[in-house]
Amino acid sequence: MSFESELSQGKFCIPECTVCKKIIWPPMEFCNHCFGLVSLKNRDIEGKIIEFSRQNEDYFCVVEFENTIKIMAKIQQTPKIGQTVKISKCGISNGNYFFYVN
Amino acid sequence: MTKVGIAAYGITPFTKDDQKIESVLFKSAKNLFENNPKINKKDIDAVLVSTNNNSKYLSPILSEMLGMQPKIAHSIESLCNSGTNSIVSAYSYIASGLADVVLVTGAERYDSPGQILEWDDSRGEFKHPIFWASIFSKSYKREFSISDEQLALVSVKNHKQAKENPNALSSQIFTIQDVMNSKKLTDDLKVLDCSRPCTGSASIILTSEEMTKKITDTPIWITGIGQKTTSAGFTKNTSFSSMESTRQAGHTALKMANHDTKNIDVAEIHDAFSVCEPMALESLGFSKSGQGISMIQELYETNDFKINPRGGLIGAGHPLGATGIAQTIEITQQLQSNAGNRQVDSAKIGLVHNMSAAATSSTVLVLEK
Repeated sequence: MSFESELSQGKFCIPECTVCKKIIWPPMEFCNHCFGLVSLKNRDIEGKIIEFSRQNEDYFCVVEFENTIKIMAKIQQTPKIGQTVKISKCGISNGNYFFYVN
Repeated sequence: MTKVGIAAYGITPFTKDDQKIESVLFKSAKNLFENNPKINKKDIDAVLVSTNNNSKYLSPILSEMLGMQPKIAHSIESLCNSGTNSIVSAYSYIASGLADVVLVTGAERYDSPGQILEWDDSRGEFKHPIFWASIFSKSYKREFSISDEQLALVSVKNHKQAKENPNALSSQIFTIQDVMNSKKLTDDLKVLDCSRPCTGSASIILTSEEMTKKITDTPIWITGIGQKTTSAGFTKNTSFSSMESTRQAGHTALKMANHDTKNIDVAEIHDAFSVCEPMALESLGFSKSGQGISMIQELYETNDFKINPRGGLIGAGHPLGATGIAQTIEITQQLQSNAGNRQVDSAKIGLVHNMSAAATSSTVLVLEK
């Protein structure tokens, strides 16, 4: 089970070091603090929008989760700075990760 | 430790031409040797190639094309600041005594793969640089109450200055309204806010103190170097309205040169997008936070070419591997009072700022007469 294999199934997992328990982002096989093995945790996470812009009709935003994970995601409705969001859809398409939040 | 000087340079026009990378590389090196007959190819200890091109073994290939058999030959890739990173490597070879004369040649094609950092999956489907630039622009405008029209002035100024640069990609002058009316890429970015990838090459020869004095009567010395990498991924930036790697690299370079920003007479700033120029000026200490645009406006209104005299990346074009070298050549020409219509009066100390991947990595050089 890898982050990518889970993501390709539409599941966003939290990569966490089995030794020091830090969240490792971007996901890696080994912890970049203690080199411990990284495992994946399944849990619901909420993030906050820290910036956004729009291309044509599509908003895109930078979202921060658990003070560590930051991703660029699409959002359907008009975003607000500080807005709390969850990942509603994610996966891999044409080799690229994609994320939707709402 | 020996001083390290800039003894010679060569450059090609920046264009949209479809040429082989080997040919592009060769042309600026040829220009360098033709303009500097005192340089003996046998004296060159190292040939460093700066590029993001996927072709292999380019430094030995360039060496063979130039009829040289250097001791050291290899490529250096670091996306958009490959050029100054190569210059720092050349400096290090000379300062350590491993080389006395190093040729650094940077080149890129208009379709360089270095424009997209595939590894940075945190960006999701937004891997093109216009997306981080949009986030920077939105954040900068929000934090400092800056308008799109104010940011557009960066492009207006740099296109105006590029018109005096015979090697620049752009020879057009634009108004703020032209920038505002140019194709909208996102809510926060117009096409004229962007530097354009292009085909181009720039070469420079770095030398030990003794060799510098043998080759040139107008040596320029590299007196300060600063480099900082904070991450590879865009979303790891701690701020989207300032450049931390630039702040740290600038501080290191100015400290090494024993200067303050106020001593700098002329500077090349990495304006990959309009917003990058005020952000970099502020992070380097040329102006206070949020006041970079005021400084740019004053320079524009007084026709002062102090910042980005060759037109910056926006006006001159951005052949990634050549950009940092072209910036360094511009400051060298300025300090040699050899910059034609772009000349900044009495320029004695100059600065080069070159960065990569949404300012996750920056290199700053200080140059002096």
